[in-house]
Amino acid sequence: MTKANSTKSKGSETKSSEESSTARVNRELSRRAYRTMLEARLLEEKLAALYRSGKIVGGVFLGRGQEALSVALGVHLRRGDIYAPLIRDQAGRLAFGDTILDTLRTYLGSSLGSMRGRDGNIHRGRPSEGYHAMISHLGAMVSTVCGSLVAKRFHGEKSAVGATCIGEGGTSTGSFHEGMNMAAIENLPLVVVVANNQYSYSTPNERQFACSDLLARAAGYGVSGHRAVGNDLVDCLGVIGKAVATARRGEGPQLVVADLLRLVGHGEHDDASYIPEVMKKSPLGRDCLELARQSLIAQEWLSDDEADSWHKAVEKEVEETASKVLREPAPDPSEEDWNAFASPSLGRNL
Amino acid sequence: MSSITYLEAIRLAQQRALKEDPRVFIYGQDIGAFGGAFKATKNLAKEFPGRVLDAPISEDAMVGLAIGAAIEGMRPIVEMQFADFSTCGFNQIVNQAATLHYRTGTPCPIVVRLPSGGTPGSGPFHSQSMEAIYAHYPGLVVMTPATVEDAYTMLLEAISIDDPVIFCEHKFLYYHLKAESLPSAPAEALPFGKARIARPGRDATIVAYSAMVHEALAAAEELVQDGYDIEVVDLRTVRPIDTDTILASVARTGRLLVVGEAWPWGGVASEVIARVASEGFGLLDAPPQRLNAKETPVPYHPALWGTHRPTASSVANSLRQLLEL
Repeated sequence: MTKANSTKSKGSETKSSEESSTARVNRELSRRAYRTMLEARLLEEKLAALYRSGKIVGGVFLGRGQEALSVALGVHLRRGDIYAPLIRDQAGRLAFGDTILDTLRTYLGSSLGSMRGRDGNIHRGRPSEGYHAMISHLGAMVSTVCGSLVAKRFHGEKSAVGATCIGEGGTSTGSFHEGMNMAAIENLPLVVVVANNQYSYSTPNERQFACSDLLARAAGYGVSGHRAVGNDLVDCLGVIGKAVATARRGEGPQLVVADLLRLVGHGEHDDASYIPEVMKKSPLGRDCLELARQSLIAQEWLSDDEADSWHKAVEKEVEETASKVLREPAPDPSEEDWNAFASPSLGRNL
Repeated sequence: MSSITYLEAIRLAQQRALKEDPRVFIYGQDIGAFGGAFKATKNLAKEFPGRVLDAPISEDAMVGLAIGAAIEGMRPIVEMQFADFSTCGFNQIVNQAATLHYRTGTPCPIVVRLPSGGTPGSGPFHSQSMEAIYAHYPGLVVMTPATVEDAYTMLLEAISIDDPVIFCEHKFLYYHLKAESLPSAPAEALPFGKARIARPGRDATIVAYSAMVHEALAAAEELVQDGYDIEVVDLRTVRPIDTDTILASVARTGRLLVVGEAWPWGGVASEVIARVASEGFGLLDAPPQRLNAKETPVPYHPALWGTHRPTASSVANSLRQLLEL
């Protein structure tokens, strides 16, 4: 099969070349990405505070430490693409077009939010706009995105890309495997970004998979593989930009694997005490937001003053939006139609 | 002159849907050039190039693909090779397809065809009746056609509605059941979700669906010799369920036997009895009864299988007992 051969040759390109990546990433994209990471970080800090003060029920699942990888995918997608983010993708979601307002509405259960209190937190989306709403069952979104891409193929839309994100733990599911295999068979323009944050909830990688490198799986599926440095914004932008562009050109599914560390617990209920200090202090544990700021300032793409003013502006927007949403109505059970069917005629006789 | 089988009706419904609606495509194992394990898509891949697609053995991803395509405006039909294998796609069906519209307001118009029910020699993994499992989940429509005409019109209906439909087509009826012609349009059939009085009667009501309708009708004929006139209600669709037609029948007869090929525990028969007991207790002259498969996996050997599931003669026995209560 030529596919296997081409995978091999593509495999040799997976070593991320910092020079070429950096050169390709333009200033505006990096600035936009950094600004979005900042929004995600400050918004999530507010979500954590609202959770601790009892205003958010259920759970809060943060992407702290994963914003660079997440945003790098979001900024490379455009209207007409399909995006199925996972739980640590606040930054990617905002880059794709989700808003601080709708995030807060969904977490706080406002009836004005896109999920209307029927689902919450990270289980939000607007599928009719290409923004899929994840279910909790990991791996499930891979084939769903494939389906949307098959539909686009039927519609004759040639330039759309579909993208989804998953953690290293999610790659252990049958659903992930089936979806990757299917994407490869159909040669779909799918980009799958694997955030290898070393722990699936509390389970370390040695209890999650036995292969030495998750990227090796790309060859097994017959798809192209790329490696990114998960907490390096410039590298993530370059590598994922290339993966998205390759998929958009019709060259089939792209698997991106990035090592990083989440700098919080699985959810805000979890203190992540199972992550050893030595790992937190390793390069893996460096904060991507701080690194991105330093990097952009070093490139003279951003000044300290500008970064500080962005910080203040975002903080203000988050605070004001949260105050507004906290005053919005909760869903009213007496006004719910309690009908899961879309066909109007099916509502009564269940 | 009877020439159109239940299986051919399913093939023709898909052919018509492919012809009339560019949003329709079919996805399943061995359904392309091979025409499907049961030939329900015979020649369709040739007639509609690129729209009848072979799938890998990946039931989860097959349903996931259908959901994603439906979100983008398509009307996918997924053929499970056997209903039993739909358990491998269970997560996508019940957690994604069934919840999508409620959660997001985006409809999920997919049809998952389940070749269902037992045939001699098929054994535990090629014989199951899954309707109760899927009917349990809000958001799923579950159809169980018992006739050639319904197999045709209900499949067209399933494709046209905005909700995910689990289409339970009975393998035993595939070749056994024949009709002379098909209705030209779904509009000629009963309204969607409406049960059918398959045989009017006055002494007792049998509620059945799918292949069991025919066992029930045969049992009703048998009881004619005993002087009884048995009404048979064919549910057609088990979710939504047509409680009104069931209650109206019980109001006429005062006695109820529900027959299902699936297991009794938490099943469609239990649901029918629960509804009649709570909404029509005063209509009953005797305790409502049910007859289902025996509580073991579906056995392989025809001698065991024939006793495992309800048959005309076991239905007739249950009826005689009911009529003496």
